[in-house]
Amino acid sequence: MMGVAIIVVALTLGAALAVLLLENLLAAIAAASAVSLGVAVMFVLLQAPDVAMTEAVVGAGLSGLILALALRRLGLARLDVPTSGENTDA
Amino acid sequence: MRNLATLLFLGGLVFLLAAITGTLPFGHPPMLVGQAIQQAAKPEVGAANVVTAVVLGYRGLDTLGELAILFAAATAGGLVLGGVQAKGRNNALPAAGFVLRAGTDVLFPLLLIAGLYVVIHGHLTPGGGFQGGVILAAAFFLPLLARPSESLSHIWLSVIEGLAGTAFIALGLGALYNGDAFLTPLFDKGMFGELVSSGSLPLLYLAVGLKVGAELSSLLMRLAHDDGAAS
Repeated sequence: MMGVAIIVVALTLGAALAVLLLENLLAAIAAASAVSLGVAVMFVLLQAPDVAMTEAVVGAGLSGLILALALRRLGLARLDVPTSGENTDA
Repeated sequence: MRNLATLLFLGGLVFLLAAITGTLPFGHPPMLVGQAIQQAAKPEVGAANVVTAVVLGYRGLDTLGELAILFAAATAGGLVLGGVQAKGRNNALPAAGFVLRAGTDVLFPLLLIAGLYVVIHGHLTPGGGFQGGVILAAAFFLPLLARPSESLSHIWLSVIEGLAGTAFIALGLGALYNGDAFLTPLFDKGMFGELVSSGSLPLLYLAVGLKVGAELSSLLMRLAHDDGAAS
């Protein structure tokens, strides 16, 4: 139990660090979602399943989706696959 | 100089917080409301999930405020996103690849069932209207990702949202008619732990779930279809 919690905290902190360090903005958003997922697991471990559910659904799912869509709207969502070149006009 | 000021400010803040926490006995909650609610929730509200008993039974007005905040945020988002038409970008996005389309076909009904389950069983198991509503919004967003040309009708989403919000307030006003406080749970409490139990809480959560789901899918749709057709 304690060991699992330590691993989850380490993963969460690592993902939080990745948000700051990653150059690719989409990857940073994915890392931010991973932070929320780690926090959600911590909530489960602390026996707060309601809060964990909200954290997983809103923090990991919805906010990541909204951030990614906002990136696309701003024209900053660049994957490294050169399939569509029109999106880089902003 | 600026760093020094920041450091001083932070130090002062920590000192103040430490001074407040120092007065509290360690390991003993300063408020005993939680224990009292845990004792009283089962006979008074009849919801197996104590969190729901608090959120809808004892603190229904706060939930209404939460819905109002979400409504204001979604409205503001729609106002900002719906008015401006992005220029110079291709209107019709191409359909997504095979994996995403097939995955959507598999996931959509599963997500729908999961969301509805979470909403309807909100008074029994962890979860409820807010969480289930977001799952429903995600379910309805997936087809939009797979086939951007087809989309839900904004008008229908608005109608569902408005009706759900009205139902929530109407259930609250119904308690006033009985002579109770606003948003007091109505109806019979029923068998503890049954699906149809704890009075009007499942109905309230259904309204919350539909409202949150409609609001968020409308918001996501506006974000995704930035240059799409006008509502």
